Amino acid sequence: MPALSPTMEEGAINKWFVQPGDKVKAGDIIAEIETDKAIMEFEATSDGTISEILFKEGTNQIKVNTPIALFNDNFNSNNTSQTISEGSNEYKTLKSNDETVKNSDRFREVHSNETIFTVRESIRDALAEEMREDKNVFLLGEEVAEYQGAYKVSQGLLDEFGSERVIDTPITEHGFTGLAAGAAFGGLKPVVEYMTFNFALQAMDQIINTCAKTLYMSGGQMNCPIVFRGPNGAASQVAAQHSQDFAPWFASVPGLKVVQPFSANDAKGLLKSAIRDPNPVIFLENEILYNDKSASSKINDELIPFGKAKILLEGKDVTLISYGIGIKHSLEAVKLAKEKNISVELIDLRSLRPLDYETIYNSIKKTNRCITVEESFPVCSIGNHLSASIMENVFDYLDAPVLNCTGKDVPMPYAKNLEEAALIKPEEIFKAIQKVVYLD
Amino acid sequence: MKNTENFNLELYEKMLLIRRFEEKAGQLYGMGKIGGFCHLYIGQEAVVVGIDSVKKKGDQVITSYRDHGHMLSCGMDPKGVMAELTGKKTGYSKGKGGSMHMFSKPVEFYGGHGIVGAQVPIGAGLAFSNKYKKNNSVCFTYFGDGAANQGQIYETFNMASLWKLPVIFIIENNQYAMGTSVDRASSSPKLFSRGKAFNIPGQLVDGMDLIKVRKAAETASNHSRNGKGPFILEMNTYRYKGHSMSDPAKYRTREEVQNIKDKKDPIENFQKNLLDNGVKEESFKEIDKKVKAIISNAADFAIESDEPDLSELYKDIYI
Repeated sequence: MPALSPTMEEGAINKWFVQPGDKVKAGDIIAEIETDKAIMEFEATSDGTISEILFKEGTNQIKVNTPIALFNDNFNSNNTSQTISEGSNEYKTLKSNDETVKNSDRFREVHSNETIFTVRESIRDALAEEMREDKNVFLLGEEVAEYQGAYKVSQGLLDEFGSERVIDTPITEHGFTGLAAGAAFGGLKPVVEYMTFNFALQAMDQIINTCAKTLYMSGGQMNCPIVFRGPNGAASQVAAQHSQDFAPWFASVPGLKVVQPFSANDAKGLLKSAIRDPNPVIFLENEILYNDKSASSKINDELIPFGKAKILLEGKDVTLISYGIGIKHSLEAVKLAKEKNISVELIDLRSLRPLDYETIYNSIKKTNRCITVEESFPVCSIGNHLSASIMENVFDYLDAPVLNCTGKDVPMPYAKNLEEAALIKPEEIFKAIQKVVYLD
Repeated sequence: MKNTENFNLELYEKMLLIRRFEEKAGQLYGMGKIGGFCHLYIGQEAVVVGIDSVKKKGDQVITSYRDHGHMLSCGMDPKGVMAELTGKKTGYSKGKGGSMHMFSKPVEFYGGHGIVGAQVPIGAGLAFSNKYKKNNSVCFTYFGDGAANQGQIYETFNMASLWKLPVIFIIENNQYAMGTSVDRASSSPKLFSRGKAFNIPGQLVDGMDLIKVRKAAETASNHSRNGKGPFILEMNTYRYKGHSMSDPAKYRTREEVQNIKDKKDPIENFQKNLLDNGVKEESFKEIDKKVKAIISNAADFAIESDEPDLSELYKDIYI
């Protein structure tokens, strides 16, 4: 099973185009493989003969690097088989309409049979439901329509809503962000997808100077009902220009609302709230969480209001405050703490502007210790702001300094080991927990 | 094209209203009643009045920070505009926007934008909303010769043409982007032809001549209203005053400015034209008097109005 994207862990074989005994040439299509991101055709990289197929069509959850077929190449004719796996990862994405229709049908079936949803499915469902509800809601961005979403989030939406409401844009973030802002002023409710939030930097002027400030500058006359969404933060080895958590940047701007959900349920409830909100909302997703098991959840189909944190775990010794993928790492750290009999209260902020100070302060009044966890840079982080607010408001309740666990103060490196070192890790959070309870 | 005496006098009055308003604003700025940036429109009046003369109900207007003329031409109340300039609660933005940031939904005026070029994709977005709602309206999107070199203009041209958006791009070429003349900033001075690569037709227009502006505006708006997509009008015009109030004016000579004032003044020339066509001298005198009164009332109102209440500081950040 070839790895077809940096974050792919497993894939499914939708179709074999060859049978045992077939001769193939380099470039011939061997199989159609489906990952959580896309459906791709998979080609032979050298001439040879297929000797055995190891997984039937329709097999799911085949781990990357697992042999899926045996292959004799022409230079080695004494029946020694080569396995097809990572060597032959030439692929192209299917664009045929038939395939996408079939694909989105299958997608819907999964929904009706399962009770646990991934973050990816939840975001898509929130979009679809809100688009059904309000004709003025539309989605635009790069590859959102015919390609079915660069991360498959908008899968099936083009089929249901048509090209007037699911709009592929040119690669022109600054331009289409301004255009969407104009559409919002004109009475529509655009949802703008950035392929990643790194590309939103091209459009920063329109997001900040136009969307966030016009209501104020117009004395309350001109609101900008718009949602900016897309993956944010580090994915996997995509290096510095594609790996940054922009939450603190956006959260510093009055006029914007900023959310970064962790769970599928929160993603759905918050996105629906975002689309209904008459203000500009920054909705920060995370590629790793799209299909993550710890973030997948049941959906209770409730709108989730902004400015309400969620206490994920109740505890009495330490308050751990995090958001987004920080929650995943925090949950791991809590397990380690449990082994040492440290009771951790874990708060998922969910919403970064407005912030739920009350829940934070009440928790600290109980535990007297606080650690913040996030992926962003350490300087001017959300944690920095929380530390200051906590000191100003509940200083007398603190038995230890507030510690900020963040990503490291470096551009994200590419090499696997360096990237790992740059990211926030459960062990580091656990260390901080030990420190504030004076057990280190 | 509508060409009755009454209508022509209305157009004349609008231009004069803008001229007198801006003169008063300059005066109030000098008295310290207006703060911050203040960009005057004197000299360019024929552009906005000519374009607006073909506007239909529902059409939108959006422009840069040199926006007082556009607001008055749209029919916004001079009192509210002047009060905004003086930072008063009775201003269009309750004193929170100032000269560069005023809006009025009832007359479809969408600002007033302080970042050079930023209003251009927004204008295309308003046009997008027209197309989405199939309402047959067009959006008049103004920008200057300076903004014509911003990257987002070309991103917008591409999308506007690709999606056939009903938007008319009006380049108000007043010859100087702050202190930099067009030929010092633009590899080709033919700004009207900048849409060529995107299949957007463009036309160079004498922006000092109201009648020529009106004709061009009609051609362009018919084109866009009929589903043919965007159109570019380059208006050759001239600003008599500095870029803003603090302009040392070292980049052009007094003679150059005087020469334009003498020969090309849009208001004087239009008046001459109307006189030649039999409009009586008294009609102009009446208008002069009327406009003077409006401006004087607006200035009094702007000076006498109260400052915004301090409670306004935290209002209108969210709805």
